[in-house]
Amino acid sequence: MSIGHTLLGLLETGPRHGYDLKRAFDERFGHDRPLHYGQVYSTMSRLLKNGLVEVEGVEPGGGPERKRYAITEAGVTDVADWLAQPEKPEPYLQSTLYTKVVLALLTHRSAADILDTQRTEHLRLMRELTRRKQDGDLADQLICDHALFHLDADLRWLELTAARLGRLAEEIGA
Amino acid sequence: MSGALLSAEGLDKTYGRTPALAGVRFSIRAGEVVAVMGPSGSGKSTLLHCLAGIVRPDAGTVRYDGRELTALSDSARSALRRQDFGFVFQFGQLVPELSCLENVALPLRLNGERRKAAEAKARGWLERLEVEDVAGHRPGEVSGGQGQRVAVARALVTAPRVVFADEPTGALDSLNGERVMTLLTDAARETSAAVVLVTHEARVAAYSDREVVVRDGRIRDLAGVA
Ligand SMILES: Nc1ncnc2c1ncn2[C@@H]1O[C@H](COP(=O)(O)OP(=O)(O)OP(=O)(O)O)[C@@H](O)[C@H]1O
Ligand SMILES: [Mg+2]
Repeated sequence: MSIGHTLLGLLETGPRHGYDLKRAFDERFGHDRPLHYGQVYSTMSRLLKNGLVEVEGVEPGGGPERKRYAITEAGVTDVADWLAQPEKPEPYLQSTLYTKVVLALLTHRSAADILDTQRTEHLRLMRELTRRKQDGDLADQLICDHALFHLDADLRWLELTAARLGRLAEEIGA
Repeated sequence: MSGALLSAEGLDKTYGRTPALAGVRFSIRAGEVVAVMGPSGSGKSTLLHCLAGIVRPDAGTVRYDGRELTALSDSARSALRRQDFGFVFQFGQLVPELSCLENVALPLRLNGERRKAAEAKARGWLERLEVEDVAGHRPGEVSGGQGQRVAVARALVTAPRVVFADEPTGALDSLNGERVMTLLTDAARETSAAVVLVTHEARVAAYSDREVVVRDGRIRDLAGVA
């Protein structure tokens, strides 16, 4: 999962201090693995260097966690591009997709579009695997079927999530 | 859309107060397999029924091969359905009193073919669908998977130009479902028939050339998405 894009997306909802950003990330997406402060600082300095965020102010006491960051125009475009780009279909995508869906809701973009774009991408690969399976021998068939069942599970998750977007938006306060 | 064999524009259909379709546009070319996907109750079957001329939409047009289906008389439409369209539904589609062979021959008989010729063709399709051994059985005496293959044979026996399939693998296990899909799509591609395939299963939809997604009676348009 792209931590840079996720932090950037969180910043799009409003400027935040470094420590606040880490807390928001951990709360929403950290689950069992919270960010280290070090990750936050290195990510923020990279985003700063690339002009995707700017420093709005620094609280007394210094330290990077005291800097107040704001997203730039270029940063907003970067988030939009990332959200619009489907993920390469592969198993265990859920955490990235979940992050994208939540960020889309928080930034008032269409989460349904993200899910549908991803579903198109998944189906495209499933079609390719189905074709390969039909042309192949039994070994090909078994290998393709394994991938197909995993992609199918992802797709069911996409479908179920699409049906629950309203409730999710309420629960995350978007 | 140019090159479309069957197309619909602005389809609306309401049942009582339930809007089943709202402003739906659809098109399919000869030889193309299009999956119609979407959640339960979203309007997939209603769309299929409108496209096939079984249900008349409240508004909108359906064009088939240069003719406007929605403007034809009932008898002209049912003749068209008999001659140019084939149907596979999820259940209850075989006539229980007839043998499987007679079931498959039935559409040809209704189109005026002689019994012998019709049954010879029917037998060919039963072989192709790998169920020739149940030719003499009644539908009540075959398994769900065999029955479904017989139904596919019956849908294809008239060499239809459009096959409408509504959850054709709904009652089948994976292996049988896949086999039926392979046989159906191979046969359709060979004869350049268009297939409108309603399914909620991605693994079935993966046999199509493209998919459309129906949500709340509308087609989610993903044109432009690679
Ligand atoms: N004959 C009918 N009379 C009344 N309402 C109907 C009729 N047929 C469909 N509906 C309603 O129209 C809506 C769309 O139904 P439709 O059968 O097209 O859905 P579907 O997408 O095929 O669902 P499923 O996946 O469950 O088969 C539903 O709300 C359904 O209750
Ligand atoms: Mg249905």
